[in-house]
Amino acid sequence: MSETASSSTAITGAEIFCRSLQAEGVEVVFGYPGGAVLHIYDALYRQDKVSHVLVRHEQGAVHAAEGYAKSSDKPGVALVTSGPGATNAITGIADAYMDSVPLVVFTGQVPTSLIGNDAFQEVDTVGITRPCVKHNFLVKDVKDLATTIKKAFYVATTGRPGPVVVDIPKDVTADSCEFEYPESIHMRSYNPTTKGHTGQIRKAVELILSAKQPMIYTGGGVILGRGSEALTEFTRQLGYPITNTLMGLGGYPASDKQYLGMLGMHGTYEANMAMHHADVLIAIGARFDDRVTGNIEKFCPHAKIVHVDVDPSSISKNVKVDVPIVGEVEPVLRELIKGLNENGGKPDAEALATWWKQIEEWQAQDCLKYDQTSELIKPQYVVQKFWELTEGDAYVTSDVGQHQMWAAQFYRFDKPNRWINSGGLGTMGVGLPFAMGVQFAHPDATVGCITGEASIQMCIQELSTCFQYQLPLKILNLNNRYLGMVRQWQEFFYQGRYAMSYMDALPDFVKLAEAYGHVGIQVTQPGDVEGAIKEALAQKERLVFLDFITDQSENVYPMIPAGAGQNEMILV
Amino acid sequence: MRHIISVLLENEAGALSRVAGLFSARGYNIESLTVAPTDDPSLSRMTIVTSGSDEIVEQITKQLNKLIDVIKLLDMTAYPHIEREMALVKVRVPEAADREEAKRLADIFRGRIIDVTHDTYVIEITGEGSKLDAFLEALQPFPVLEVVRSGVMGIARGDVSLQI
Repeated sequence: MSETASSSTAITGAEIFCRSLQAEGVEVVFGYPGGAVLHIYDALYRQDKVSHVLVRHEQGAVHAAEGYAKSSDKPGVALVTSGPGATNAITGIADAYMDSVPLVVFTGQVPTSLIGNDAFQEVDTVGITRPCVKHNFLVKDVKDLATTIKKAFYVATTGRPGPVVVDIPKDVTADSCEFEYPESIHMRSYNPTTKGHTGQIRKAVELILSAKQPMIYTGGGVILGRGSEALTEFTRQLGYPITNTLMGLGGYPASDKQYLGMLGMHGTYEANMAMHHADVLIAIGARFDDRVTGNIEKFCPHAKIVHVDVDPSSISKNVKVDVPIVGEVEPVLRELIKGLNENGGKPDAEALATWWKQIEEWQAQDCLKYDQTSELIKPQYVVQKFWELTEGDAYVTSDVGQHQMWAAQFYRFDKPNRWINSGGLGTMGVGLPFAMGVQFAHPDATVGCITGEASIQMCIQELSTCFQYQLPLKILNLNNRYLGMVRQWQEFFYQGRYAMSYMDALPDFVKLAEAYGHVGIQVTQPGDVEGAIKEALAQKERLVFLDFITDQSENVYPMIPAGAGQNEMILV
Repeated sequence: MRHIISVLLENEAGALSRVAGLFSARGYNIESLTVAPTDDPSLSRMTIVTSGSDEIVEQITKQLNKLIDVIKLLDMTAYPHIEREMALVKVRVPEAADREEAKRLADIFRGRIIDVTHDTYVIEITGEGSKLDAFLEALQPFPVLEVVRSGVMGIARGDVSLQI
């Protein structure tokens, strides 16, 4: 009798999958079906709470999930089949790992009885993803499925976020058991630190107040940790200059007068010079990446360093710091503000005035200037116009290369989660699928994808997805007929030998956009840039592909050449 | 500098490969690694012998702690501790005189002969790595057929202990 009773409430693994996602509040899954996940797709089809977006390549699914997560406060979810489905997803997973994006990626697997047999579409997904996930799971028993999904979301979204892969064999999705989704989860081996150490906070406050030439340097951790409000309060209270990393743009309002622009290889002269001459560096949610530090031997030679990070392994990894604080950015910033108020001390106003005077001299270099009189379209001008015409309020994704740097330099982000790019892995092809994910998270927002003619072709098939779901993206293709950043390095460091960096036989992007059902516009004259962008923005229901034929010889300035210090920039 | 790190981790499939993968991916040295379940079957205990500058070893311990399966670890090098390694050595001893000499050497090193055939002995010996090295050196006159070493296990002395 009891057996009958229990089997009447038992549901299949595929149904458990759907119910678990519903319990997690997942609204959208980006995916692509295949043999090993057919039971799951059937269960998804028979419910209506979780919607599914069909991409055209699994890489697009994971990048779209990233774009969704990076622009919102929710994790991204992707679903792919076994074998090639899983291997196609790897680039997206690695990208999410490098940029700490909270993702849960479900991969189908061959039935447990066939694992290890070189079965059709079998790959060791847990093995192949291990080096590029925060954690991964292979579910071998349907009874473990709900708990594993709960753990996956918990691990992906807490501490330093990251991608978690859950590999589910086909038979597990067919087997049945009772469904109970855990309310909460405790893992004895995983307890991320949230609050900062009180003693360290006190030491940091003293050091911060003792500064004569302070500098605040913040990264993607401020965005991920939702710390930008606290950061703004903290920075304004001190009156110190601040710079954001590529991943941290929007963490502090770019239009504020204390903001010195982005730092690093293509950062501003003033930001890099202020870093180099700082006596106290306050690093928050940033990881001293090599594109930021330049030559580590020459990095911030005079500075005592406070470093706030949720990940202990980020602290003193590249640069030895003086006051490490392990904890989440937001609560630690609140504790620092409290500490400043309790301390009662004030920053050294006289020293600070002198310091700002010095900074203004560096700012007078006007390091982002470019030729405004050219008869060719300058890529910087396109980004600047897009910023003006969207009033700085668009969500902007980019691909990787010169256009990415120009987007970062010339679109001034005042809010967090508006700038979505691939900083760590530097993945060409992310821009379009990122933008899809952003548009799903913000259906009414203007979403721009600033890209280049090389990057856009790496996931161009997703134009078809955009048509299916009527995503009104604005694609700004800065088309210089070159792999621009490669060309730039070849010009600077390989005596102009442009090996394989010319994009021969480009498609007609206007026709291509039209073939996918979208609007395509080619722009060849600087005078037409503004009108074309306005036209694209006016087409609220349509994806518009703007193909800007830009100056081929334009380079990204300023630049810290590899091996140089932050004070050794090449200016225009 | 040489460090000996003990790690308590979830006794789950793949946990060992996460640790091994971490060392190869980040280019850390591994001199030896031993692992087995503990008295609590849900836990494994691993002893890793590694070497590197203080900064590198600090990163190694942080990266190990970051692995989701790792519950706790202890860098034994910071405390008084005991290290032990076991070796099994098969030597060819066809002559009676050889057998006597091998037996005497084993006794001197507090080894035990645990398998005897007409012309071979298997000798079991435990101790610190240097003692095992010395024993193998002393066995030089004999044809050594096989040596199996367990890798180092370690435990801290006194009140310091690695437990959950």
